Parts: sequence; structure tokens; C-alpha cells
Amino acid sequence: MNLILNWLGTLPGAAGQGLVWGLMAIGLYITYKILDVADLTVDGSICTGAAVCAVMVTNGVNIWIAMFCALVAGMLAGLVTGWLHTIFGIPAILAGILTQLMLWSVNLLIMSGRANVAITRLKYGDKVLITSAASDIYRTIVILAVFVTLTIAVLYWFFGTEFGSTLRATGNNLEMSRAQGINTNFAKVFGLALSNGIVALAGALLAQQQGSADINMGRGAIVIGLAAIIIGEALCPKLVTNFYLRLLCVAGGAIIYWFVFQTVVFIGLPSELLKMLSALVVACFLGVPYLKKTYFSKKKKARGGKHA
Amino acid sequence: MLEIKDIYKTFNEGTVNEKKVFEGLSLTLKEGDFVTVIGGNGAGKSTMLNIVAGAYPADDGSITIDGVDVTKLPEHKRAKYIGRVFQDPRMGTATDMWVEENMAIADRRGMRRGLRWSITNKDRERYKEALAQLDLGLEDRLSTKMGLLSGGQRQAVTLLMATMKKPKLLLLDEHTAALDPKTAAKVLEITDKLINENNLTALMVTHNMRDAIAHGNRLIMMNAGKIIIDVSGEEKKKLTVESLLAAFSKASGAEFASDRALLS
Ligand SMILES: Nc1ncnc2c1ncn2[C@@H]1O[C@H](COP(=O)(O)OP(=O)(O)OP(=O)(O)O)[C@@H](O)[C@H]1O
Ligand SMILES: [Mg+2]
Repeated sequence: MNLILNWLGTLPGAAGQGLVWGLMAIGLYITYKILDVADLTVDGSICTGAAVCAVMVTNGVNIWIAMFCALVAGMLAGLVTGWLHTIFGIPAILAGILTQLMLWSVNLLIMSGRANVAITRLKYGDKVLITSAASDIYRTIVILAVFVTLTIAVLYWFFGTEFGSTLRATGNNLEMSRAQGINTNFAKVFGLALSNGIVALAGALLAQQQGSADINMGRGAIVIGLAAIIIGEALCPKLVTNFYLRLLCVAGGAIIYWFVFQTVVFIGLPSELLKMLSALVVACFLGVPYLKKTYFSKKKKARGGKHA
Repeated sequence: MLEIKDIYKTFNEGTVNEKKVFEGLSLTLKEGDFVTVIGGNGAGKSTMLNIVAGAYPADDGSITIDGVDVTKLPEHKRAKYIGRVFQDPRMGTATDMWVEENMAIADRRGMRRGLRWSITNKDRERYKEALAQLDLGLEDRLSTKMGLLSGGQRQAVTLLMATMKKPKLLLLDEHTAALDPKTAAKVLEITDKLINENNLTALMVTHNMRDAIAHGNRLIMMNAGKIIIDVSGEEKKKLTVESLLAAFSKASGAEFASDRALLS
């Protein structure tokens, strides 16, 4: 009985984590699902957002301004990846890796060479939006839910506009988009900037939630984001084509991810193994549709052969 | 209307795969010309259309559309003047987007795309009307994903998309080649209708000689990057498949070679 109560006690914390990462995954959704590029910049830009926010808050800047600057910093990171990709013709995945590496240095510079900048609760507790305190958890959840909802609303509006649909078309069919007069390079750069801006904003919230910005906090972020997207897709029936519902599913996916994560920790799996576990789960989910396809098409071919 | 002037194009220059496609290709279309283009495999038909559309640059020469030199304009800027339909039905539309979303994108070709909502109810009515003209029952399927339509339906919608914002020039590259004969005939009929109604200037590549003869007011035949036959008006009306084949071997000194059923 106690065990179950203890377990239930971990859930609000997991929901809080899930909402922050849900915001991050929504940002990732723009590149991964809409633009059809795997953007590895996010591992760096989530930390950039955290670093900018933590450093500014500890220097007495208003939290809203700090978070806005985090967003802009993330957009700049996306811009760099976009330019590397479109102007210099570097494959998107490599462009993301290059920017990610650059960001490692940039993030250290932002934090003046420190690997960790703490936003201690005693000193800054009343200056931040959300804190790591367990007593604040419900407040935290509400605030994060508002962020997620507003982001989904803005994206829903944006991708319904004339300009927003150029991003969707670009991710869907480059030839068609150019033939219809869409500047596909601009669309890609814009999408990468938008995505990384949201990811950095999630990073700024994460820093507040953890009580610090850490140079390593972005490691493997893309895998967590992908896991959230994949779980969200599994959650979301195929019939749901509504864009905001899909984004909501992604946020839901992130929450489920952290529920599972907390449970696994609770059961006592050593935490060193968790990243391995996340990666394996994502690999499975990405791999299964492919295996299914090759398996089925082979079967079809074999049948066709018999008839011939 | 369209002036292709002295175009040079070599693929993979300086490698073992070097392929000289054009060495001084020129072609001029008058306003309202509907030109059918035939020629064997690798004659350079698609390359010519791609160079006109700006999909890749020419090494030398110039392209002028309606008095505007577009040689240096990137593909998406030239799109203001050009409507296109590709051979592969998957190429011309965004398959994961709805029919109406595809049409809305085509509806803004050559215009600034801002932060206005991309489809209004008024737009929807227009799209419905346009789709109804195709006579394929698509007017009730505005919110169907493009990818769920058949190849013929997609080509028909792509045609509509290429012409709904009246282009100065319509480029069709074997746009019926992937379709079964009946659907191909239907799409060709729609093509004729749209070109006539809007009085468009068009270049239509086809591998079917009968179609090339039956449609348009001018016919050109290409071989090895050169235009070897160019007939129009009354002279074109008198063409037959046999006379074309004879003219081809006379002009090129070879048999007409293509892997496709030219006489079908
Ligand atoms: N992107 C490219 N890179 C290298 N070579 C190319 C490229 N595009 C076309 N070619 C070559 O240029 C020549 C002309 O090709 P093109 O596609 O224009 O022929 P086509 O007349 O359209 O033929 P088809 O009837 O087969 O469509 C061919 O020899 C082709 O191999
Ligand atoms: Mg061709």
C-alpha cells in the first residue's frame, strides 16, 4: 500500500517534467514531422535556452525578459543550422551536428566557463516562474500547461496561414513547392529557427524547474523529443488529422514518457541505463514500421511471382 | 512570349559521365502557341523544360518570358510566370495536404504569402467550382488528402493548380504518361479545355505521336539536343504518324528510337 502511495507521489513531478519536454517535443515536431528533417541542433539549443535564462536571472534580469532572450537565442541557433544547410548545401543532419558542437562552446561562454549555473531557490525563488520545490508542483503544472496550450494555439494559427502552409508544403514536396513559387530555402530556415526557439524556451523552463542550467542537460534531448512524438502518434488515432489535437498528443506522449521513466526509476533500475533504454525504445518504434513494410512487400512479391 | 536563346547545357562536365545535351538550342513561342514536343529517349525534352522553369541553370544562353529576362531568376521566382505539370503524379502536389490546401497554395503562385488565413469560405467555393469543371466528382472531396486520389485525379488537379492563377506559360512534361489510356485521354481533354479557355501559351511533351499531332497548333521534334522538325498551322494538320517518322529518318539519318509505344 505504502509502495503504491509512494509511486503515486512521483507522478505530479513526472507530469511537470513531461510538460516541459512536451513543449520541447512540439518544437521538434516542426522540423521532424513538418519539414521532414532530423534536426540535431536541439541538443544544443535546449541548453542555450537554459543557460541564457539562468545567467540573466542570476544577474537580476526580469524572468520574462530572460525567457524571451532564451527564445531568441534558440532561434538564432536554428538560423545557423538553416544557413549551413541552405546556403552551404550541408546535409541537414550534419548541419545540425555542427551547430550543436558550436553551441557547446557558446553555452560555456554564456555561463562564463562554468558547467553549471544554479538558480538557488532561497535567492531567486520569488523571481522565477516555476521552481523545483515539491510544494510548488501544482502551480508548476498549471503554468507549464498554459505554456503548452498557448504554443499549440500559436502554431495552429501559424500553420493555417498562407506563409505557414509554405512550410508544410516544403516539407511535403520540394519540387511542387518551388513550382508553386515557394522559396523553399527560406521556409526551411524559418522552420528551423521557429523550432529551436520553442526548444530553447523549453530549456529556459527546464532550468527553472531543475533549479539550474547545466552544460550537459541537452545530451540526448532529441531522443526524448522523438520518443514523445512517437508515443504521441501511437496515442493519436490515424483519423485525427486535426493539427492541434496532434500537437496535444505529442505533449501527452512526453508526459507518458516521464511517467514510464519515473516508474522505471521507482522500480529500481539503475539510472545509468535510462538513456540506453530511451534510445532502444525509440530505435524500436522507428524500426518496426520499416520492418513491417519490407516484410509485407516481400510477401506480396512472392505471391505475384507465383501468379506469373 | 517565350524565347529560348542559344542554350548550352552539359551535365557532369569534366567527368567520365559528361553529357552534352544542348549546344546552342533556340526556340521562340508566340503568344497563344500550343506546341507539342516529341523526340526519342534522351533527346533533351525534359531538360529543355527544366531549364525554362529554372530547375537547374543553363551553362549559357538566355530565357525570356513575355519580355522579361528570367535567365538569372531562381525557380521559385520564375514560378510567377510558369505553370507546371510533371510526369510523375506524385511530383505535382503535396500528398499529405488536403486537396483544398494544395489549391490554396497554387492560388497564391507568384504572390506574397503573408499571415492571412490560407483558405476562406469564398476561396472554397471557387475551388469547388473549378473542381466541378473536371467532372471527376472531386468537388466534394476538398478535405481529402491529395495522396488518396488516383494518379489521373491528381494529374487533373495538378493541371487545375497550374492554370488557376493564369500562367504566361504552361509546361507539361509527359503528364499523361503514367496513366492508363482512358484516363490519359480524359486528362488530355481537360488539358485542351483549360488551354483553350484561358488562351494559354503551352509546351507539351508527349511520347505519343498521335497525341502530338492531334493537339496544339505547332509540333516540334527533338533529337540529340536539336530541334529537327518544326511544323505549324495548316502543314501540321496534314501530318500523319507515317509522314512524321519518314521526316524523322530524313532529318536525323536514323530510325526513330524510343523505348515506348510510339504508335499506340
Ligand atoms: N540531372 C542530370 N544529370 C545528368 N544527366 C542528365 C540529367 N538530366 C538529364 N540528363 C541526361 O541528359 C540527356 C537528356 O535527358 P532528358 O531527360 O532531357 O531527355 P528526354 O528527352 O526528356 O527523354 P525521355 O523521353 O526519356 O524523357 C539524357 O542523356 C540524360 O541522361
Ligand atoms: Mg523526359
